[in-house]
Amino acid sequence: MAADYDLKVWRVNVRTQTVTKEPVPASWERLGGRGLLARILLDEVEPTCEPLGQKSKLVFAPGLLVGHMLSASDRLSVGAKSPMSGGFRESNSGGSTGLHMTSMGIKALILEDRPTDPAFWTLYLSLQEVRWSRADDLVGVGVYETAPRLLAEYGNKVAISLLGPGGENQLGTAGIQNLDKERIPGRINARGGLGAVMGSKRLKAIVFNDAGGQKPPIKDPEGFKKAQKAYTQAVLAHPVSQTYRDYGTAANVLVCDALGALPTRNFSSGTFEQAESVSGEHMRDLLLKRGGESNTSHACMAGCTIRCSNIFGGDDGKTIVSPLEYETIGLLGPNLGIADLDVIGRMNWQINDIGLDTIDVGAALGVACDAGLMTWGDSARALELIDEIRRNTPVGRILGMGATMAGKVLGIERVPATKGIAMSAYDPRAIKGTGVTFATSTQGGDHTSGLTLRVKIDHRDPKGQVAASRTAQINIAGYDTLGACIMSGFGYATSPDAVRDLLNARYGWNMGDDALQVLGKETIRLEREFNRRAGFTKAHDRMPEWMTREALPPYNVVFDVPQDEMDNIFSDLD
Amino acid sequence: MEITVRLYLTFRTGRFRVETRECPAGATAAGVARDLEIRDADIGMVLVNDRQAELEQQLLPGDTLSLFPVVGGG
Repeated sequence: MAADYDLKVWRVNVRTQTVTKEPVPASWERLGGRGLLARILLDEVEPTCEPLGQKSKLVFAPGLLVGHMLSASDRLSVGAKSPMSGGFRESNSGGSTGLHMTSMGIKALILEDRPTDPAFWTLYLSLQEVRWSRADDLVGVGVYETAPRLLAEYGNKVAISLLGPGGENQLGTAGIQNLDKERIPGRINARGGLGAVMGSKRLKAIVFNDAGGQKPPIKDPEGFKKAQKAYTQAVLAHPVSQTYRDYGTAANVLVCDALGALPTRNFSSGTFEQAESVSGEHMRDLLLKRGGESNTSHACMAGCTIRCSNIFGGDDGKTIVSPLEYETIGLLGPNLGIADLDVIGRMNWQINDIGLDTIDVGAALGVACDAGLMTWGDSARALELIDEIRRNTPVGRILGMGATMAGKVLGIERVPATKGIAMSAYDPRAIKGTGVTFATSTQGGDHTSGLTLRVKIDHRDPKGQVAASRTAQINIAGYDTLGACIMSGFGYATSPDAVRDLLNARYGWNMGDDALQVLGKETIRLEREFNRRAGFTKAHDRMPEWMTREALPPYNVVFDVPQDEMDNIFSDLD
Repeated sequence: MEITVRLYLTFRTGRFRVETRECPAGATAAGVARDLEIRDADIGMVLVNDRQAELEQQLLPGDTLSLFPVVGGG
């Protein structure tokens, strides 16, 4: 007889190397993913603590709907106080970790305290045992070599969250890599320096073995199946799913270029003369011609029907990197004056291997160009600088700490970042709603906390952008709490009862039509409260001054959404 | 009248990337899309001469019309 599903909070003290399993507190029950992280940090972490210090905690939490291979809804959220922003930071990823944690009945994994010894460890977690192993032989090793070595040791069926040298060196751009379903460590909780926090806890890797685990129980299986069917059909039927299946997120390159929002040469222009060469259209043609290991479509999570990921291979048929995404193309391509996808792919692989966020590294390299460390388009030099980050040289560390730090040290005012976290590939002067998100979100320059690209609004008109951003931020905070990928939003939006029905069937709750917004608002409320206690004020919800002054070609726009409108975006939640 | 049409992503398949075409005077973006057998529901963004536009917008001689399918985030 199968054991009952035992949902617990797993608490790990990394100094005493003890793991305890605790009951889930009542106030945590109705949250998952990002919302749960916000709750836990507010409950347990001193908001004024040192992000890389002893009182800081790193929390892993799968979303509320994870566990049933609901298309594009098995995502993992990781959170902590960010060493980049000094505030609450969540980063989510696809891959297999979320599913494993849920099978094991882990509501949240809390890593706390800090070792006094600098040695690195691998933590092995299963339902039967917990094992700590010294990871000396993996220190300094990139993720693409580390992952297969851990799989060889622990078996091919495990999930792994791991660091590259960047996280070991506690760089602000360091993230945490997870395995995709082919066991390639290409799915990253990238932004905000969570890899640095994991590095401060001296964990090289966490291995999750869900042997003996089970799918979480569903209160109303028939109701769940019905809601799942409606949602899956909505996802399949939505035209945007086909676009992402065929072109991946690189579909956005020419869209943003046409809008004058494609970051070019450190955000000095919104259009790139060679945009076609780095477009999703060109990438598709290239991959179809090359064949071999290339694939224009790929699922990062088992069961996903959208399959927006890809495998980018070279002329020789061998994989260069998987995936190659829009943000990476934007920040490592046009942002640096680089027009070659192969080169961008190779830079992506290196940055992944070091375990870093391609967005903040790309933005830092853009700042480096303005500072004369590199000339526009010089990809060989870019690879040299990336190698300096890997080797932890002083210049490497400056760049590895991200665009904001690099700008301060190198004396460059043109830094595309808010709250110390670089902007992704949408110039906020040309997509103003997203600019509002960058300025007002606790997450900084993070498009995934509220992209407004699809909103039917004139992106260059400051009117209506705060409302557009608010709606996007609330909805996405909701999806982040469910464990739903940003891509699944189309499906959920066109089957509007799906969120309510899935949650009620899964948990036996009685949520209403506004289930998504209720979760989203609660998440944002908790995050903002944490940030307030950490010392944030309205003064931090600002666009960089230079973007309010320097007109962006080709449409000569500045960021001019009124500050008092932005200040009131969440006044109902404060 | 003569206009330039730019197509993107799936719209290019079986059609073209950029083309100068004849269309009737007073044609709308929607009309051109229909001629190209592109469904309204599939259109995510319309640009006329680099400005976002509605499908009902009437075109003028020499205009550039850009049609994009629905896209989302990166």
